[in-house]
Parts: sequence; C-alpha cells; structure tokens
Amino acid sequence: MAKARTFQDLILTLQSYWAAQGCLILQPYDDQMGAGTFHPATTLRALGPRPWKAAFVQPSRRPSDGRYGENPNRLQHYYQYQVILKPAPENVQDLYLGSIRAIGLDPDLHDIRFVEDDWESPTLGAAGLGWEVWCDGMEITQFTYFQQVGGIECDPVSAEITYGLERLAMYVQNVEFVYDLAFNEEFRYGEVFHQNEVEFSAYNFELADTEILFQHFKDAEKQCNALLSGNRKFALPAYDQCIKASHAFNLLDARGVISVTERAAYIGRVRALAQACCEAWLQTPMGAYKPRFG
Amino acid sequence: MPDLLLELFSEEIPARMQAGAARDLERLMIGALTDRGFLFEGIKAFAGPRRLTLAIAGLPAKQSDVREELKGPKTDAPPAALEGFLKKTSLTKDQLKVEKTPKGEVYMAVIERAGRETPHVLAEIIPEVMAKLPWPKSMRWKPGSSVRWVRPLHSILCTFDGELVPFSFAGISTGLHTRGHRFLSEGKIEARRFDDYAQKLKANHVVLEAEERSAIIFEGVKQAAFVHGLEMIPDEGLLAEVCGLAEWPTVYVGTIQDEFMDVPAEILQTSMRTHQKYFSLREPQTSENKPGKMANRFALVANMVAKDGGKEIVAGNERVLRARLSDAKFFWDEDRKKSLRDRGSKLTGIVFHKEVGTQSERSLRIAAIAQRIAVVLHGDVELTAEAALLCKADLTSGVVGEFPELQGIMGGYYAAHDGAHASVAEAIREHYRPLGPNDDLPSTDIGSFVAIADKTDTIAALFYAGEIPTGSSDPFALRRAALGVIRIILHNKLRLGLSDPITRSLILVMAAKAVEIDKKTERQLSALAENPALHRQIDSVQLMTKVQNASAGAALDEMVGALPSLRDQVLKFFADRLKVALKEKGVRHDLIDAAFSLGNEDDLVRLVARVEALQAFLKSDDGANLLAGYKRAANILKAEEKKEGKIFTSEVLETKLSEPFEQALFTALAQARAAITAALEKEDFAAAMQQMAALRVPVDAFFKGVKVNADDKQVRENRLNLLASLRAALHQVADFSRIEG
Repeated sequence: MAKARTFQDLILTLQSYWAAQGCLILQPYDDQMGAGTFHPATTLRALGPRPWKAAFVQPSRRPSDGRYGENPNRLQHYYQYQVILKPAPENVQDLYLGSIRAIGLDPDLHDIRFVEDDWESPTLGAAGLGWEVWCDGMEITQFTYFQQVGGIECDPVSAEITYGLERLAMYVQNVEFVYDLAFNEEFRYGEVFHQNEVEFSAYNFELADTEILFQHFKDAEKQCNALLSGNRKFALPAYDQCIKASHAFNLLDARGVISVTERAAYIGRVRALAQACCEAWLQTPMGAYKPRFG
Repeated sequence: MPDLLLELFSEEIPARMQAGAARDLERLMIGALTDRGFLFEGIKAFAGPRRLTLAIAGLPAKQSDVREELKGPKTDAPPAALEGFLKKTSLTKDQLKVEKTPKGEVYMAVIERAGRETPHVLAEIIPEVMAKLPWPKSMRWKPGSSVRWVRPLHSILCTFDGELVPFSFAGISTGLHTRGHRFLSEGKIEARRFDDYAQKLKANHVVLEAEERSAIIFEGVKQAAFVHGLEMIPDEGLLAEVCGLAEWPTVYVGTIQDEFMDVPAEILQTSMRTHQKYFSLREPQTSENKPGKMANRFALVANMVAKDGGKEIVAGNERVLRARLSDAKFFWDEDRKKSLRDRGSKLTGIVFHKEVGTQSERSLRIAAIAQRIAVVLHGDVELTAEAALLCKADLTSGVVGEFPELQGIMGGYYAAHDGAHASVAEAIREHYRPLGPNDDLPSTDIGSFVAIADKTDTIAALFYAGEIPTGSSDPFALRRAALGVIRIILHNKLRLGLSDPITRSLILVMAAKAVEIDKKTERQLSALAENPALHRQIDSVQLMTKVQNASAGAALDEMVGALPSLRDQVLKFFADRLKVALKEKGVRHDLIDAAFSLGNEDDLVRLVARVEALQAFLKSDDGANLLAGYKRAANILKAEEKKEGKIFTSEVLETKLSEPFEQALFTALAQARAAITAALEKEDFAAAMQQMAALRVPVDAFFKGVKVNADDKQVRENRLNLLASLRAALHQVADFSRIEG
C-alpha cells in the first residue's frame, strides 16, 4: 500500500481501483460545470431503473472561489473524482474504504469517520443524505445517497462518492500549499495551473462581460426550452444548455451583479431547466426501462 | 423472567439524532408492549454512531389471557344490526349469549383470547415500531421499496430469553450477530443476552452507553490538559456532539502554531469548535474573576487507537487546523483594513426583516433610542450614540460571515482597532448580552443602554411586522429579548420608562414606511405621467402631488392611529415576561397584575419595588386582614353598584356620619389617603404600606359595628361612598381586586 506520490498517481490509482470494481471509466464532460454531479453520467443516469456504475474525473469551476493564485487551498478550477453506483451496493462504504487504502491512507494509522452532511443542489433540484468523510479532521470525500434529482425521486437509490482531488493529494503528499503539489515526478501543480488561477480570477471577478453573460443565460435557457418543447424531445442537448446556463449564472454571481432576491429567481430558472431535462431523459430508451442492450 | 435484546445496526447515524432516536425507540416500545398487556421490570435504550440498542428486562414469556365482553344489539333490533355485530365479532348467532338489562334483552359476545407467546408478539410489534420511529430526516435505499431509515440498515439482532426472535424489516432478517468497531474489530460477534452483548462490544472497541463515552471524553480531555499544565474550557454542546461521533473515543492533544496565537481567542475557539470539533484548552485561572489565557494546545477526540500512538492523527489534525486558522486569520487581517464606520454603510444591503427595513435602518433606530436612554439615565450621550451606530457594522465583516456567533464580539475588536473609546468597543462587544436566562448581562452602562435599545427595537419593530410570538412559536426569540431587557433594567435598577423606547421604535419604523410608500407612489405616478394620453388631459404634476400626499398621508394616519394599541401590546408582552421572571424569584403574579393594572406604569424598577412591598405587607397580619376588609367592601360595592347601575365615587358627607366607628374610619381614611399619596410620590412604598396598615383597625371596627345597609337611604348611600373611598385609597397602591386570596 504505497502512497500515491503524485497528483496523477492519485488519479490513476482511483481509476484502476474503481475499474476493478466494475465501473465504467468515463472521461470528463466537455462543458464548464460547478461539480461532477452535473455530468450527465451522474445527473441523468441517477434517474430511472437502469443500473449504472461509472467513475470519472471532472474539472469543476467555482468562479467565486477564485483567489488569484494566492490562497493555499482555494481554487476556482479544480478536479473532482466522481463515482456513481446504481443501485448503491450494500457494501459501498467498504468499497469506498478500499479506495482510501489503495491511495495509501491506512485506516489503522488515521482517524477516518463519517460525519453527517446531507447534500443538496438547488440548481439541479437534487438532494441526498450522507456524510462528509473525515480523515484526521479533514474532509476528504463527500458521500451521498441520492434521494431526488431534477425533482424526481430516485429509485433505485444511487451512491455518489466525490473526492476533492487536490485536497486529498495535499493530504497524501503532506503539502500545505496546493501549488506545491507534485503533479508528476517532474512538474508541480503550480506550473500547470497557477497562471490559470491568476487569469481566471481576474476574469471571474473583474473582466467577464456581464451583458454578454446575461445574454448567454437567456440564450441557453431559450435553446434548452426549444429542444424540449417539440414533439420530439432532445434531453441530452437540452441538458447541455442547462449546464451552460448554470455556469453563466455562477459567473454572474461571482461578478456580484445578482442581488439576493434575483439570486433565488435565477436558481429557480436553472432548476426548471434541469427538471425538464430530467423528465425528458426518462422518456428516452436509455432513461426509461428497457432491457439492457435490448 | 426473560429479557429482550434488540440491536439495529446501520451506517453512521448523525450525532445530533442519536439521543432522540434512543428515546423514541424506548417510548414506542413501551407503548406497543403496554397496549398488548405486557408489564416488564425495566427498559433502556442506547444510541451510538452505528447502532440503536434496546434492552428490556423481566418481560413475561407469554401475554396474559384476555377475556372481553362486548354488548351487541337488542334481541328485538332489526336483523341487519345483528348481522353487523356477528361480522364485527366473527361469531355465529348461537355463540352469543342473551342478557337481560333494564332496557330489554341484548345479545352479548364473549371473546376469549389466549395470551400469545411473547416472541410472536415481539416479531409483530418491533417492525411496526421501527416503521414508526420518527427520524428527523430519513432515507430510502432498498430498490423498489419505500422503507426508510436514517441511513442504510445492515443487520438486526433480536433475542428473547437468549433465543432468536424471527422477523424481518427492510428485507433484513433478524440474527444473533453484530459487529464491533469499524477498524478496531474484525468479523461478526454473536450475542444472545444484554450483559454478554455489552461486554463483547467493549472487547471489540465499542462503548455502548453514551453517558460512558461522554465521561471517557470529559475525563480524557481533562487529564490530557492536566498533563500539559492546562485546563479544559468546558463545552457541553461540543461534548454531546463528539460523543455521537466515536464508538471508541480516544483523546489526543495537538498544538496550535504560534503565528495564530495573536488572533483573538474567540475566533480560534469558534473555528476549532465549529469546523473541527476540538476542545480548546486554557492556562489555569490565576485570579478570582479572570479565566486563564487561551493555550496553544487543543484536544481532539478520535474514534481510533492508532498503531503509532496517534502520531499521524495528531499531525494530520494540526495540518488541517493550520489551513482552517489561516482562513480565519485571513478574514481577521482583511476585516481590520476597513473601519467599522465604513462597514456601517454596507448594512443597507442586509435586510433585517422585509417589513421593517435593513440593518442600516435598524442601526439608526437603535442609536436614536439608545441616545434617549442615555439622556434619561444621565449617561454619556455621545459615546452611547457612537456605540449604537456601530453596533451592527460587524455583520458585514468576514469573520462574522464565517462565524455568525461572533457578532458583537468582533465589532468590539474592530472598534478598538479603529481607536474608538474603550467604552464604545466594550459596549459593542457586549450589546447582544444576555443571550439566555443564564448568560451574563452587559457589564457597562453604555453596553446596557445599547442592549436595551437593540432588544426593544427588535421587539417593537417585529410586533409592527406582525411577528408576534404565539404559543411555542417564537422564531425571532422575542421572549428571550424581553427577558434580557427586564434583567438589565432590574439588575442595574435603571429608572427608565419602557413606553418611550417602544414608541420611538414604532414611530421610526412607521416614518420609514411612509417614505417608502411615498417613493412607491412616486414611481407609479411617474409611470403614469409618461403616458402621453394622460399627459394631454391633466396636469400630471399636480395629480402626482395630490395622489402622493393622499396615499402616504392616509397610510401614515392609519399607522399613527394604530400606534397606542401596538405600544400597549408590546408593554403587555413585557409585563407577561416580567411575571415569568419574577415568578421564579417567588413573586406572586397576581400582585404584578395588581400593580400593572393601575396603568401608566412602565418603570419596571418602581413596579417591582411596589410589588415587593405589597407582597411583604400582605404577608403581615395587618395586610391579610386589610385585604379581607377590602374584599368585603368591594363585594358590597359591586353588588350595590350593579343593583343601582352606578359607581359610588361621591364625597362622603361628614354631617351624615352618625356612628362612632364610621366617623373613625372616615378620619383614618382622610389621613391615610393624604399620607399614602405623599409616600407614593416619594416612592416610599414601605411607608405607603404602613399607612395602609393603619387602616386595618378602623376597617375591622367599621364592619363589626356598622350596618352598611341602613334604613335611611342617605345614610346608606353615604356609607357606600365611605367604602368607595376606602377602595380608592387602596387602589392608589394597587388594584386590590386583582389580588387573590
């Protein structure tokens, strides 16, 4: 049980661990999103009766977490490792602990605990019960049993496991400043992403053209609704638009141009899109019940 | 007699729900068992991170037999009634008895049920109880099933008299096995009886009883602190929480890096408690009143005895704490770059309540009220106003954003940093006090003034907004606020009428409302004025002014009209709280009523002095007798006044006083009334009581020797007026009709 020495080792270890558990190893979704949960492989696949098992890295963007590359652990762009298991296996906690062992954290030397933390995404109309997993007082994973996505009850219930990769790597590598992480043997995380954080923080907080973003939001909303309003519904491209609207909203929020009351209204609009997409997805052959590969 | 052992083993149960779940399980099982006629010797439920356990001692092996007689329809009732009865009882007609009653013959059904074996009954009721267990939040996890539990349930151990009780819940069949600690135990553990179960769990690193875990933590932290020459800062809430997070609590001590030790102790402590659930330690107390300085060590409670003695665990926790405290320190450093005064301007963006404005408007109201209080009480008006204006400004600071419970405390630090007068900083720091019935009061005058202003405004403004507490619902904690004001006033003997701050708050809220209405009308009207059609027909400017004045004016009229009743409602709210507060100190609530119903009394210090003097007086012999005399007089008057439809208030005619005892009472009353008035003016309530005491003898003598209901109408009326004059004399002190006994 050697420790994952580098950031990419950590990812590779998780990939092979979850592959060995029978997960599809998917690739990141090619849209900007706030969390791995937005990946259609999670949001949409958590719905309906069809079993699903997937794991993937998802770059996640939280515009208002930008700190111009100066904060030791806050990033506006970071990586989540997401595992989605449907239905949740009975031994899912043990499977998870296996992954912790695999990356070199020995539960006999550490204090690993499951501390209540229910998860909710108002923009996705999603909620679940679960924990944040603590390792020696640090939150290393979010563990959730989905109860609802897009306002629709989940049955069977999925287990979603989300690792914050940078944070976990900092713990494993014993590093206090995220940019000091060894990405591989040769390069540091800062060499890869520091400039990114500096420039995007400026973009998120100062430069993003709010008029354009408001327009983006409206366009995405319009396109999403159009894709869902005809006789034939196109859940997947519509869901892309929902993701885009959500990201535009996050940017506008970071730019500080959305007031408290407007905020709730915007979140409600994104949720309406997400719900409509989820409902449409359940009408597709993959979303509805059909025998596998039938 | 046999025992029951039940264990519901699941994934981690939220700490905050454990104690409640144990209570509910116990309560529901008691209910289910007694409903079925079971008595038992003892019951106890246990809760921990992964299990809910119930042990019942002395449960009979068999339910008692039940014989029940049911009365049916009369024998001459329509056949349908009999049919219904047979159906209900599942009997045939020849199994029924006929019994004679005074109302005729009726059918009787005798139902005999042999008591069932206890395990059968248990197998029936336990799944029902589990389905009914009211988790604050629960989840589904079984595909295709709507069964809920707090987190996925893994096994059910259930034995009665050492034997398996077979049943299933959520597709899980009962067994004889459980598991120990997640990491410090391996494999399954068989248990059939409670003692064996508890022992085996302990051997497998699980402490079943929450009280025992709590004691282990408490002693562990104390001991660990002692080793470092420190003491634990007690924190019961935290203790209860960590107790639900570990099956095998193990205390370790870590170090806080020096660079954080100049961050205020409150921030360190709050950050450690909220985010990390660590206990803070402090240096031993050196002087009587000052607790020791916060130490650079903390105690953490792990759920693990690590192979390396906890080295990695401590190192890991220290690392996490460094990141946490860097965040906190960052906010602390950033916050001080901006003055509190500048922060104040940002309060316009924080809504206090949508009906009564922002925190900025509130600061202004608090300042206006506090300033007035300072004037009345001869305090420092300028410093009070300064403290009041700044008291909410820390709501926009980073630290308070992160840790809302540090509001006020942070404002105090920032004010001091800005170079404000020490008493201003202290007042800001302590103006939220007292936070509960046992919390300290503000220690300074200015702190007290601002605290009273803040709380009174909260209550008055929210009453205006219709947020009046009802029953158990008090979302804005207005009762706590009122009690806080009462405690501050009484403790410091502040001679302050409460009407004034309440009225000021209401007037300011209403004025702001009127301005808002004005602006709204203006916006509506300018929209109207832009309508060209309208423009041509009438002079829009003239119209605007008219409508605007009318609407705001009418609204203001209405509000101002409502002011007195709203103010009285708030005052009554304070009176009710005062009763509750004084009741705990043994003061009779009827006496408070009696003093309050004189009206116009909003000075709590004077009110309480009056009530206390009255209570002492009524305890004396003279007082008790005088009260009896008063009641007699009042009853006579009440009856006569009702009969004659008028209230007796006329002057007593001295010339019509014929008997010596009525003359004596008249003279005594004349003297006493004047003396009571004088004593009350000086607020010498003891003297007023003494004057009343002097009335006892003439009153007693009057009732003994004089017949009120004289034959002569004029004499009778004069005597009634004399009694009325007694009533009036006593009512100067309190409304005696409200006094019980």
